[in-house]
Formats: sequence, C-alpha cells, structure tokens
Amino acid sequence: MDRRSVIKAAGIFTAAATAFLAMPRWAFAAYSQKAFKQKASIDALQNLYGSSATTVSDKITLKAPDIAENGAVVPLEVITDLKADSIAILIEKNPSPLAIKADIPSGTQGLLKTRCRMGKTTNVMAVVESGGKLYTASKEVKVTIGGCGG
Amino acid sequence: MSTIRIKAKERNGLVSVKSLMKHPMETGLRKDKSGKKIPEHWIQDVVAEANGNRVFSVAFNTSISKDPYLAFAYTGKKGDVLRISWKDSAGKTDSAETMVK
Repeated sequence: MDRRSVIKAAGIFTAAATAFLAMPRWAFAAYSQKAFKQKASIDALQNLYGSSATTVSDKITLKAPDIAENGAVVPLEVITDLKADSIAILIEKNPSPLAIKADIPSGTQGLLKTRCRMGKTTNVMAVVESGGKLYTASKEVKVTIGGCGG
Repeated sequence: MSTIRIKAKERNGLVSVKSLMKHPMETGLRKDKSGKKIPEHWIQDVVAEANGNRVFSVAFNTSISKDPYLAFAYTGKKGDVLRISWKDSAGKTDSAETMVK
C-alpha cells in the first residue's frame, strides 16, 4: 500500500467515525429479532437469556382469563415479589411464542400488564429474570375463536 | 395528535402508568381480500423515561394485540415528566409526554 492510498483510507475512516459519532444517540435497546422469531419456547428463551433452565416460583402471579372468547385481545398481567431484572411472556402454541420482554431497572415494580393475541388454547408462561436466574409461572388459557362460546 | 395516550398517577411514592398506543400491529400472517399476505408491521420497542431517566423499556412481538396497551409502575413523585416513545418495524417513531398527577 503506498502513501497516497494510506492517507485516503485514513480520511475515509475519519469521515465514517465522525458520521457515526454525530448520529443521534439511539434511545431504544437492541431489538432481539432472533429470539422473537423462534418457533419453540425453549429456543426463544435460549436466544433471549442464553439459558432455558427455569424454576417454577410461587412469587410470580400470572393473571390471565380461564377462557378467552376473543383470541385477538387477551389481557395478561404479571406481578412478582422477586427483584426482577426483566419479565417476559411466552405463549407456547403461538407461531412465535415470545410475545413481550420488559426490562425492569431498579426502582421500577415487578409488574407488567398488556394485551396479547392467541391463536388457540395454549399454555401461557411468565418468565422473570432475577439475579441471573429464570423463574416461571404458567397458566392455561382456553381460546374460543369466532365467539360461539365453544 | 400523538398516537400515544398516557395516564400516570402517584400514590404512596409509586407512580402507576397506563398507556395506549394506536398502531395496526400487523402480524404478517393475515391475508387481504385477494388472498395476498398483508406485510408485517408492528411496534418493536417502547421506552418510558421519567425526567430523562429510563424507568421501563419493553420489546413487543407481533403477538401483542392491535393498539397495544401497556401498564407498569415505578418509584416516583407528582410532577415527574413522563415520556413514552415507540419505534416500529418500518422505522417510524412517535412519542408523548405527560405530567404525573
């Protein structure tokens, strides 16, 4: 490499670095596309947390209806007494089970409420990450599509 | 008008936040009348900040219902400026601000 091309390359590098630094600092977390696209709960957990070893805990409350008449809007609520770092909800029989992942900074309650879609009757699993370990609680929700009442 | 509606109330040092975002949340599995698949389009990330500090952030999959509802609670006080912003799969963003009551 001669001198000229070195100077040229350095110039390009500097310009790129400046452009990078000048970009507005992106406030959003890196979206874990891979974990959300997994078709099995185990794989989703593995991609999200790097581990799929979970312990059932009675310190997590998962509130979900026993029967959801409209699978398009199923209210879900996760409350935990554990010191949560993050909360995730997995809907096992959905095309992609991982529905939501919330990061909980200290000072924020271990609470998450939202509304999900469910394709059919399925187990719903709430996963709480606390101190590097995964704790779960699950519940089955019966879904009657079409509103005929089953 | 912002696409986000926020209600935030303080009680005993805890701020309860409820928010509703207007978004189609297309799953990419639905078909239109001619049988063509409607492309997926959904909110990926939502961030909540109180006085500039992040208090809650969440990532959605397409399995979250249309016009997503999100509720959480953090330790705060009356008068906090709460800001919620979202970013969707098309790269669009929106945000809204409210004062904690």
